[in-house]
Amino acid sequence: MKKLINAPDSLVDEALAGMAAAHLDLIRVIEPNVIVRADAPRKGKVGVVSGGGSGHEPMHGGFVGLGMLDAACPGAVFTSPVPDQMLAATKAVDGGAGVLHIVKNYTGDIMNFELAAELAQGEGIEVASVVIADDVAVQDSLYTAGRRGVGGTVLAEKIVGAAAEEGQDLATVKALCERVQANVRSMGMALTSCTVPAAGKPTFEIGDDELEIGIGIHGEPGRERRAMATADEVTEMLLTPILDDLPFSSGDRVLAFVNGMGGTPLIELYVVYRKVVQMCADRGVRIERNLIGSYITSLEMAGCSITLLKLDDEMTRLWDAPVHTAALRWQ
Amino acid sequence: MTEIGAAELIRGVELFAERLRERKAELTDLDSKIGDADHGINMDRGFTAVAAKLPELSEADLGTIGKAVGMTLISTVGGASGPLYGTFFLRLGTALGDRRTVSGQEFGAALRAGLEGVKQRGRAEPDDKTMVDAMAPAVDAYDSRIGEADPADALRAAAAAAAEGRDRVTPLVARKGRASYLGERSAHHADPGATSTTILFESLRDAIAGA
Repeated sequence: MKKLINAPDSLVDEALAGMAAAHLDLIRVIEPNVIVRADAPRKGKVGVVSGGGSGHEPMHGGFVGLGMLDAACPGAVFTSPVPDQMLAATKAVDGGAGVLHIVKNYTGDIMNFELAAELAQGEGIEVASVVIADDVAVQDSLYTAGRRGVGGTVLAEKIVGAAAEEGQDLATVKALCERVQANVRSMGMALTSCTVPAAGKPTFEIGDDELEIGIGIHGEPGRERRAMATADEVTEMLLTPILDDLPFSSGDRVLAFVNGMGGTPLIELYVVYRKVVQMCADRGVRIERNLIGSYITSLEMAGCSITLLKLDDEMTRLWDAPVHTAALRWQ
Repeated sequence: MTEIGAAELIRGVELFAERLRERKAELTDLDSKIGDADHGINMDRGFTAVAAKLPELSEADLGTIGKAVGMTLISTVGGASGPLYGTFFLRLGTALGDRRTVSGQEFGAALRAGLEGVKQRGRAEPDDKTMVDAMAPAVDAYDSRIGEADPADALRAAAAAAAEGRDRVTPLVARKGRASYLGERSAHHADPGATSTTILFESLRDAIAGA
């Protein structure tokens, strides 16, 4: 294993210390490892809290700031945070209007957020939760843990964060988050594995002539191993199931998000985006907004994911609203 | 021995912590095949924290020990294992109450309370290929033996049943947790949670049988 770290055990703490030092104007880091917006709590504003394992940077800590998250709880690498973190986050951002937990659909995240919500409610804070489950690579049925939460999470955090910033109440913000969840679909792929620092070796083996379709964001294997293909072929493998799933149809307005998994350069993501534009045009799907870059990653994994969100006027307006965080900012 | 006391419970937890450390790489390896490659790492982190707390619990009652172990796990493990093993020990502790020793039957009732807590928290059913598939047969085997045998014998039966349960579900397709994302590809891999649960019952067996 070759990584720019001091020791696996100190990785998350040291990264948080660096982040806090870099963004003094935006965030502060409180015990036990919670990234909180510098001006939290804001009176009368719904607090928006998310969290998950580390290793997906900039998600979620990079999205704490004006117009997005009020707090983020980073766990160990690829491991959900513990309830103590979400409880501390919830208390730190509660301005009296309640707190929304945005939870990615993983068994551990669900259970730890659930425990924290129970504890926070016990302390008199109103908590609502929305689970993001947008990965079409996973079959949703009563007999599985359901779809994973992936790229759609980034879009939900931006749009919902903007609504909370405007002063919308908890029930409205929650309903909006559910609307984003209902209209967003994603799928990812990997060219290489990633190495969890504490494990010291790649999570899975993959040949130079192979790719993994339907990969999760933790290096958990996808559903299918295929022969290496061109960017256009890969884009088709990802986007066709996404388009067919919702389904996205002619006349729909969408936000298209091409995300890098951590080890794929932007130049390649633009090649993918170019094909996304062609395929959407062929189906009459209108791309109104886009996001291209590495925002929800799996350490150094090479690969990408594609996310489509069917927009309505309000979602578009909230997407355009000002955001000022470490990783996303516009006026 | 017909009673189980605080010293035995502490020894069982200590043994579990030692064995998790020894088998950390193996558990993580199992998890990398069908999960996210962190089970051994997370369990070791949690039980290292638990082991550091055990000395101050040597005079405590059984309930206090169980609850302290559970709370420490919930606060340090993360993932799914933290809430699940944490809930197991919390419920075990609550059922054992403020006693320093309990009968074999009472210990069995506490194990069952722990199992019910795990099922409730994880919403797992038998054959979902989770830790429940090792824990449920272990608790059943303990219960069926404890009427006629001492706790050591009942725990031998429990540990054997846990191992059988773990092996029985290995060929199955996982229906809970991250392994479920794999669909058919999760079949024929041992479940990491069922494996660590088997180690738990083997540790309790060895602590109480005096091995």
